[in-house]
This record gives sequence, C-alpha cells and structure tokens, in this order.
Amino acid sequence: MTQAFDAAAQQTLLESRARTALDLARRLGADACEVGASVDQGVGVSVREGEVETVELSRDQGIAVTVYVGQRKGSASSSDAGEASVRAVVEKALAIARHTGEDPASGLAEARRMASELPDLDVHHPWPLSIDAATDLALRCESAGRGMAGIKSSDGASLSSGEGVRVYANSHGFLGSQRGSRHSLSCMLIAEDENGMQRDYDYTSARDPRDLAAADAVGESAAHRTLRRLGARRPVTGRMPVLFDPTLASGLIGHLMGAIAGGALYRQASFLCDRLDTPLFPEWFSLGERPMEVGAMASSPFDGDGVQTRDNVFVRDGRLASYMLSAYSARRLGLETTGNAGGARNLRITAPLESREALLARMGRGVLVTELMGQGVNGVTGDYSRGAAGFWVEDGEIQHPVEEFTIAGNLETMFQGLVGVGDDIDTRGSIHTGSWLVDEMMVAGG
Amino acid sequence: MTSQTHAMLDEASAVLLTPGGLDLAALDDGLGHAMGPGIDYADLYFQRSWHEGWVLEDGEVKEASYNIDGGVGVRALAGEKTGFAYSNQITVDALAETGRTAAGIVRRGERRAAAPGVAMASQARYAGVDPLTGLSAEDKIAMLKLADRVARAADPSVAQVSASLTGVHEVVLVRASDGTLAADIRPLVRFNVSVIAVRNGRRERGSAGGGGRYAMVRLRDENVAERYAKEAVRQALVNLEAVAAPAGQMPVVLGPGWPGILLHEAVGHGLEGDFNRKGSSAFAGRIGQRVASRGVTVVDDATLDDRRGSLSVDDEGTPGQSTTLIEDGILTGYMQDKLNARLMGMAPTGNARRESFAHLPMPRMTNTYMRAGNDDPADILKSVRRGIYAVSFGGGQVDITSGKFVFSASEAYLIEDGKITAPVKGATLIGNGPEAMGRVSMIGHDMELDTGIGVCGKEGQGVPVGVGQPTLKLDELTVGGTQS
Repeated sequence: MTQAFDAAAQQTLLESRARTALDLARRLGADACEVGASVDQGVGVSVREGEVETVELSRDQGIAVTVYVGQRKGSASSSDAGEASVRAVVEKALAIARHTGEDPASGLAEARRMASELPDLDVHHPWPLSIDAATDLALRCESAGRGMAGIKSSDGASLSSGEGVRVYANSHGFLGSQRGSRHSLSCMLIAEDENGMQRDYDYTSARDPRDLAAADAVGESAAHRTLRRLGARRPVTGRMPVLFDPTLASGLIGHLMGAIAGGALYRQASFLCDRLDTPLFPEWFSLGERPMEVGAMASSPFDGDGVQTRDNVFVRDGRLASYMLSAYSARRLGLETTGNAGGARNLRITAPLESREALLARMGRGVLVTELMGQGVNGVTGDYSRGAAGFWVEDGEIQHPVEEFTIAGNLETMFQGLVGVGDDIDTRGSIHTGSWLVDEMMVAGG
Repeated sequence: MTSQTHAMLDEASAVLLTPGGLDLAALDDGLGHAMGPGIDYADLYFQRSWHEGWVLEDGEVKEASYNIDGGVGVRALAGEKTGFAYSNQITVDALAETGRTAAGIVRRGERRAAAPGVAMASQARYAGVDPLTGLSAEDKIAMLKLADRVARAADPSVAQVSASLTGVHEVVLVRASDGTLAADIRPLVRFNVSVIAVRNGRRERGSAGGGGRYAMVRLRDENVAERYAKEAVRQALVNLEAVAAPAGQMPVVLGPGWPGILLHEAVGHGLEGDFNRKGSSAFAGRIGQRVASRGVTVVDDATLDDRRGSLSVDDEGTPGQSTTLIEDGILTGYMQDKLNARLMGMAPTGNARRESFAHLPMPRMTNTYMRAGNDDPADILKSVRRGIYAVSFGGGQVDITSGKFVFSASEAYLIEDGKITAPVKGATLIGNGPEAMGRVSMIGHDMELDTGIGVCGKEGQGVPVGVGQPTLKLDELTVGGTQS
C-alpha cells in the first residue's frame, strides 16, 4: 500500500483512547461503560476494458461508546476517534441515558465471563502492494477473462486490500484488541447472443494474500460463469427438487442463524421461537462454529460483549441444540450468553458429503440454482419466495441455463427436506458449506 | 446569486470549514493540489452529519443513539480515470494530502488551473433546518409511546410493538474545478412502527412508516405515530388471514404509491448513465425507441418539495431537476452525473449522489414515479379474471444487464372474477424490465407518492429515494407463490 499504516502504533493509540473514554465516563457519572474503536485503511483499484478506471484510498476510523446509569443506557458514536471527539461522544451518551427508560436486562456481561484466553489467531497479513502492482493484478485477471471466446465486454475487475485494528473495552477492566487484514480480487464480464446480454462474476477473498486464487484463474472462471448463462430459458412451473450452489446454501444457513439470534427470539420475530431441542434438520446434519480457528475469516477470542468465544454447536444430529445469544438477549430470554454478541464466527457443517454428480443424479429432474434475487425471506413465518437463475436438470444432467423464475417454500420445510450436501465446500467466507439439495419447492416460471 | 444561496454557503462554511481554520478562499489552494498534471477535473466534497435514533420496545424507550460523521472527499478525473481519497479531518494539511493522493492517478500531462468558484443559484426544495431540534427528548419519547399504546389498543392479537424515530441533519459543500461552488443543508426524518400479531399459534408482522426532508416536529403535527401504528396493525391482521399465494404467470394489479418500486427496479437502474455509457444496461443505445406501453410516462424528479429523495443540489453541486425518462412509452433520457454526461456528450441531470464524503458519486435516482393515466382503479380490478393485487412491498433488485428484476410483496390479495377475494402470503414477483413495461395495459388516475421510506443500494452505497405510481395493471408477470 502507498500510505503507511503502522498497525502496532494504531493499536496502542486506540487502546489509549478506549481507556480515556472509560475513565471519562466514570468521572462524569456512568456506573458502567463499554467502548468499541476501530481504524481501517485500504486501497481499491478497478480496471475496465484494459484501462484503470478508479483508484481509491480509504482510511476509516470510529469510536462508539455505551454508558449505563443504573439500568438506563445511552449510546453515541463518531467517525473521528480524536481526543476532543471522544469527550463529545461520552457526554452525548450520558445525556441520552438521562432520557431512556429503565431496562432490567441492560448492562455489561458478567465480569467472570470476560475473555482471559486471548491468543493471536493469525488474521493480520498486510500486503505491501503498490498501486501499480495492484493495477497489474486486476488487469491480468480481467484480460484472462476478456480473452475467452464469446465474451463481449468487461464490467471491470477490482482488487482491494485492507487492514485494520479494532478494540473493545469495558469498565470490568476488560480490553481486547485485534489486528486483521482482508484482500480480494473480483471480475465481472458480459456475454451476448441473439437473446440479449448476460453477466456474471467470480472472486477470491482471503486474510492472507498468499491464499488468494491466481488472478487469471479468477478471470477465466468469471468468463466461464458468464458464458454458461447464454441461451437461458424459463423453466416450467411446478413442484420439484432444488439444488442450491454453495454460496446460496450458506445464505440458507444465514437465515437459520437470523432466526435463532436472541434479538429475533425475544421480539417473537422468528419462526423458530420455542424450538430448542426439537428436530429441525435430518439427523445426519450438524452445524457449529469455530471462533478460535487460526487464520479464518471471522476468528476472534472475544465477542462484542468481551465474552470469551467458544465452539458452539447450534444444530446437533438434526436438533436445534442452542440459540445464538449475547449477554443482553440472554437476559431477556432468561438464558445465558453463548458468546455470540456480534454473531456467529466461522460456521462449519458436519454431514456426509456427496459429489455434485451424485447430487444431480439423486435430483433427477429439477433446477440447480446459482443466483438468487431480492429479499423475499420472511423471518417471522419462515416463508421463502425469491427470484432465481440457474440450470435445468433432467435425468441427473444439466440441460440448459434457466432464468426469470422464482423458487418458493418455507424455511422450516426446506430444512427438513434437506436430502444431501455437496463436497464442493466454498471456503471464501465465514460460513463453509457445499451445495444443498432440497427435496421439493415450488418453481414458478413460464 | 440569491441571498438564500449566499446564506446557505455562509452557514455551510461556518460548520464545515471554520473549525479547521479554512474558508471558502482557501479551497482554491485545496483544489490546486488535486489538479495535478494530466487531471482535467477535480472536486472537493465537505460533509458533516448528525444522526439521532430513538427506539421503543416493550412499551419503553430503552435505547437511543447519536452519531457524528464528517470529513472531506477529494476526487480527481482524467478522461475515464478517477482518483479518490478522503479524510475525516477538514484542515489545510488534509486537503493537501488527499488532493495529491487523488491526483496520483496520472503522473504526466498538462497542468490545468481550476476556474474561480462561482456560487450558482439553485432553488431550495426543502427548508435548511436542523430537524433534530424543535422537539425535546420527552416529546420524542412521548410520540413513540403513543404509537405503542395505539397499536396495542387496536387489537388483542398484537403481541409486540417496536417503533423508531430517526433524524439526520446534514450539511454539505461542493467546490469543483469547473467553478462550481454550492452548499446544501439536508434534513431527513422518519418514523416507523412494526408489530407482531399472534393468533391461534400463527405469527405475522405488519409495518408502516414514513418521513421526508423536514423537521421532526412535523411528524408530530401530522400525528404519524397514531396513523402508522394503526396501519402496521391492519397489515399484520391481514397477513394473519393470508392463504398461500399462487405460482406462475398471471395478471398483476399494483396499488398506487410504494409499489412504484416496480419502476425503480424495472426501468430506473437501467437508465442510470454509468451503465449506459459502459453498454452494460439492457436499455443501452435505446433512446428514441419504444420501451413501454403507450401512456407510460416515467420521471425522475428531485424538485418535489420536502420529499425523501429530493435534492436542492446534487452531490456535485448541480441543481436538482426533473428528468423525463420515458414519455408515452418512448425512452427519452438517462440520469447523469458529470463524469458520465461528459463521456456521453450529454448534460448532467442533477443525479450525482454519494452515501457520504467517503464514497464516490454515481448517477442515482431521486424520486422516480409514473404519471397518472385515465383509468378508474375499480375498473382495473374488474378487468382481471384471476390474478394478484399487490399493495405493499418489501424490497426489490435488478440485474441491469439481463433486465431481470424482482420485487417482493408484503401485502397482496387474490383477484377472482374482478373482485378482491382473499389476502395471500408475501411472494416475489419476477419479470424482465423492458418486457414488463410493454405489458402495462391500464393506468389509474390515482397517482400517489410513497410515504418516504425508500433506501436504494448500488455498489454498496445507500441513499434515500422516493417512488410513486398510480394503480397499474400488467397483463402478465410471474408470481412466486407456493400454490399451483
């Protein structure tokens, strides 16, 4: 990167700001206080049709303070973590806490739960990359894709690289900080035939630049994904099995996690209220998180409350084994925190894995869905209805691309109707899963 | 230059520049850094915003938050290339550093001078007020508690009520090398109610909300707490009775107002200048061609008073305007920012928008709506033998290249033999933009704008927008229900 970023110095500075905020809050009358602060710096280069299009240099910082006065709470934040700003933020949070109502559940997590085991999880791998080198990589990626026969034009290739520091501290005396990095390279291409244009993309993303896929492989894959969409038709309307690509299967896990999150449960805004210890998936399926996994995308030894993270199992042998709770939502539900303030970290499935071919063979006739559109997921009822694109499958073989159709059902029935998981695990995000074969959904097309 | 424009510049300058020891004259030096060798245009965008949010749950306002954000974004253009850097400090040093960084996109070429700044007169589309003042904290809490009481009293099945009141006070100032000097003070407020109703073990949500570019006190004067609470409960109760939605192609009647999200997705995004310059939109190169049925006229209008999507000036300092995108079914115009307008040989249309100083501007919609037609809404419903009548939606999405778009109904009904019969569960509707617009067969005389709740996302940047339309009939659209 062209701007110098001294992560160690930034970490020291943020830790000192957090302590200043805690001291100030106490002196100004807070009974308890918590502070989150972060600094991120990055570079983004995008190219299109062989030329540089944009070069962006980013540097973001922020500080957020929550104070508790008795059982009242106030929060304030600023994009400036300078000393004067810290004071303004603390004062504003206290001013708000004078007006909010008493909440018996409010307050920090219990002191005994604060993380004491704080290992280095190896998630900080800065990339000393010049703008020219970043441009070269993006150009190489795009050119590998543009060069494929049938590609009409490029919608651009982008390289982004960033690193940062985040600190969380509270008035129990807990202070946790972590440096991290993230790098990615993506490419989007356009192909055209007599029926019109199609576009698709591919990307690679990693904490450590050495783990990124090769630039030309990303471009070629983007070209392949774009070209295979040409000639798409609409599928017939009817009930049939649906095979979800790994990126979309991880979205289904995301909907599950949303429905077992404490916030949705205490608001009764979940279709999984009161479902603890009941069967949700087939008994061969389990799902858990590994927050301490070394080098993984969402690794952290402490959660957003400062609580020690742990290997939770959310689905064990098909049954809902645990909700996903923060200190606050746990108190609201009369339960104990699961160390999930801020969400789940590094979700991993346990299931017998099958090849893509085996799953297609089991499906016989149906749709393989590779893209979903829109927000048609109702977390309160589990009702699911989304726009889709993908491939028509007949006799266990892909026949032709399909588009402009919807798939609909209910998440609960879809989870119960999970009949197979693919070995094509996507490891780019924090949720790792292969394809999911769901026995039956309503497909609406032509 | 009007005295109003002058006063706006003075106020913005006092808020944005004075604290860091700068003034309007000092911006010439700032621009000089960004106008490096080979740079043909540069702009400085100063912004400061104050965001306040109050949330009620379980009958009590347990949570409130306040956020202060601000800084300067510096952009340098050379042909199709853009260099961009920003800082949350507004000082001489920060301007020099970000300016030089942005200009680093090219290193050779002629060094051009910035034109002297001239304040352009623009008409204010909303009052430049701080919307957060005028109501005390107690007043704000009282509004939220009123919504809670009204919702709970409306029906015994109401199990949960949450309500929120948010406001943003934003001050921006733009100085560009083409001589642009403009400032804007943009208030934005919103009140929202969401309820969960439970009956016979079935659970459903209903929600309602709205707002615009005015002070919070107007929300109280218009009694939105009571109105939106009742509306949210009504919607939840309708959904408690909803049966499975049908699946397949059928006629769809869209209610007036917020269902105009159809236009936003099906045509709006596809008519943004950047996608058309790059040729990636299904509408590229089609100006002058028929892209919708006769009678379909769609405009993007930033000049509506006090609306959520309105802009007195856009984020490049161009005055907000009304642009006709489709006139009687013929494609007549694109929405442009300066970069794409220049590269396409067109004029900017006041559609340059950015989420904040830390984001690059792009061509974006403001308030996008279809003008009224001549049909009676009752006749439109009567004309459908079997179809869907959708009156409220969650959100939508479009693939501008293939033209495929979706939008998801959150309140809809079955039409049988010209009559509304039963409410149906939410379902996603999918179509192809140009095809769907060609299937508009009836247009109501009841044009309405939405209540002020839209957020549009593009390349990771969110901006407030408005939509609107009269009751519309599309002869055929795919409905993503579960019932064959």
